[in-house]
Amino acid sequence: MSQGKKIVGLVFLALVVFLLTSSIYTVSEVQQMIITQFGKPVGEPVTSAGLKLKVPFIQVVNPIDKRILEWDGSPSDMPTKDKLYISVDLYARWRIVDPLQYFLRLRDERSAQSRLDDILGSETRNAVAKHVLIEIIRTTKDRVPLLDPMLAGTQEAMRVGTLVPIERGRKLVEAEIFNAAAEKVKVFGIELLDIRFKRINYNQSVRPKIYDRMISERRQIAERFLSEGNGEAARIRGNRERDLNKIQSEAYRAVEEIRGQADAKATEIYARAYNQSPQSVEFFEFTRTMQAYKDIIGDNTTLVLSTDSDLFKFLKGMSQGGE
Amino acid sequence: MSSQKGSGGWGGSGQGPGAPPDLEELIKKGQAQLRRITPGGSSGKPFVFVIVILVLLMAWTAYYTVPSDSVAVIQRFGKYVKEVSPGLHFKFPFGIDVASIVPVKRQLKQEFGFVTPGATDPFQSPRESELETEMVTGDLNAALVEWVVQYRINDPAKYLFAVREPRGTLRHVSESVMREVVGDRTVDEVITIGRQEIETEALVKMQDLSSKYAMGISIDQVQLKNINPPGPVQESFNEVNQAQQEKEKLINEARRDYNKVIPLAEGEKDQRIREADGYRLKRINEAEGDASRFNALFDEYRKAPEVTRRRIYIETMQAILPDIRSKIIVDEQSQGILPLLNLNNEKLTEKLNQKPGEQP
Repeated sequence: MSQGKKIVGLVFLALVVFLLTSSIYTVSEVQQMIITQFGKPVGEPVTSAGLKLKVPFIQVVNPIDKRILEWDGSPSDMPTKDKLYISVDLYARWRIVDPLQYFLRLRDERSAQSRLDDILGSETRNAVAKHVLIEIIRTTKDRVPLLDPMLAGTQEAMRVGTLVPIERGRKLVEAEIFNAAAEKVKVFGIELLDIRFKRINYNQSVRPKIYDRMISERRQIAERFLSEGNGEAARIRGNRERDLNKIQSEAYRAVEEIRGQADAKATEIYARAYNQSPQSVEFFEFTRTMQAYKDIIGDNTTLVLSTDSDLFKFLKGMSQGGE
Repeated sequence: MSSQKGSGGWGGSGQGPGAPPDLEELIKKGQAQLRRITPGGSSGKPFVFVIVILVLLMAWTAYYTVPSDSVAVIQRFGKYVKEVSPGLHFKFPFGIDVASIVPVKRQLKQEFGFVTPGATDPFQSPRESELETEMVTGDLNAALVEWVVQYRINDPAKYLFAVREPRGTLRHVSESVMREVVGDRTVDEVITIGRQEIETEALVKMQDLSSKYAMGISIDQVQLKNINPPGPVQESFNEVNQAQQEKEKLINEARRDYNKVIPLAEGEKDQRIREADGYRLKRINEAEGDASRFNALFDEYRKAPEVTRRRIYIETMQAILPDIRSKIIVDEQSQGILPLLNLNNEKLTEKLNQKPGEQP
């Protein structure tokens, strides 16, 4: 008898527990709930977090994410306006703003992601095809690039290291895609928050050509360097010759000037001393001649002297000395 | 709840879908054991046992510890309640309260284009590092860029609840911004001269985006690692470097030649000028000396000109003549005599010298 009671009690307990678990549910901070009754949504979506109640058995909760979600496009190849094939990879951020609409139109996230793939993919193609590559790559219109001090001066001549001015830029291309796509995803209860280019790369088939261009560009820079080096070296050698001649001739000039001044000064001093009077001139001539004799007449000179000379006049006799 | 836990990441919450199966198993086992111990015993005992098990389980699920570099975010029935600082804490058991541990103080990083082995965070390393590094520069060249982003979680609630996959989003942001910045620069800037500027600009732009996205992440640093031109082009970049070196070499060699000659010439110039200067001094001093000497002599000469004149003449002759080996003295009046000259015979010369002198 007590056995039967116990069984009834246990069954009852199990029933209560089951009823409770199927009528209460929790909503996390990151979720919102759509409540469906036999597959048909009823009432407003539950957006606040916490412990909630529902009608057991017949009502089912469908969690829908409340957070900002990511969409990561897969890279796809497309041509730009200037017929360059590039591989473009986008990312977007979106959010479910109308969960009911979202639930009715898409039901789950996988289909949402694939809708985004379709819409963003085609809008990206449209936008990319409308612009030349440089407009998609660059952002700032008239940015003046830094110049390599090593390359300074040569860069402008070679048109390397310069940026071509652009009309619109990456931001505006992104905005074009965003505006077109945001409108289209609204019907799914989705708000597109942001799209940005993640990767833009040259397509595999284009790469060799790009690389060839880069190589030729680099080679011309290298040649330029070599020629600049040789040119500068020649200039320096020229400078060397010029400076050498300049220095040597300056030295010559200075030396001659100084010597001239010295000679002039000496001449002036001599003249002042010797030219005092006719007598001094005569005396100078005499003494200087005497002095010169000492130098002029060496030991292998043959001197023919007359007895008429002042020195030997006495050899003839005293009388002549008296004359 | 489970998706939120996935983003919480570091396995902080001890409860969740894993706990209920354990509970059931424990109860079943416990009941089986009880039946064995008390066969046909009173019906109250299984209830007591279940309660004991429940109490134990409650104790097991009611505490958690928060490491010192983290905080825990508590959700009660999924609703955000509070943030808890490090230490040992208690909460409601059986998954009523869920604690997600978020390492707010830890410096986290993401690597782009390269992998540091041993990383535990799946979002730290790139999944496709090849594709990540390839970028198109503002002059339509290609470059391979590797970089690191250092970040921290500064708002755990936002980090957990505002964005799904905040770290995945950060990777997207980082790649997008880096390409935007590189896309505005020339390949030379990217590879060599503009690195600093790129880091700064990328950091500012990433910070802007991460605060716009409200992910609860603050970016501290962007560091560029290796930046290279694409493989096939690398050689030509090296050629440029070599040419640059060669240019420097050529110029230096020419400078060497210049330097070898010019300072020497300068020195020689100074030498010659100084020598000339010496000549000048010498010349003037000598002239002055000569003049003084002359003047002194001349003063005396004027007092007795004739005598002095003769004296000087005779003295000079006296000084000169002895050194002369061949001297011929002729008498102009004795015309018939032919003077004999023998340079090497001194005696003869002497005789000759004497003869004309003795004869008259």
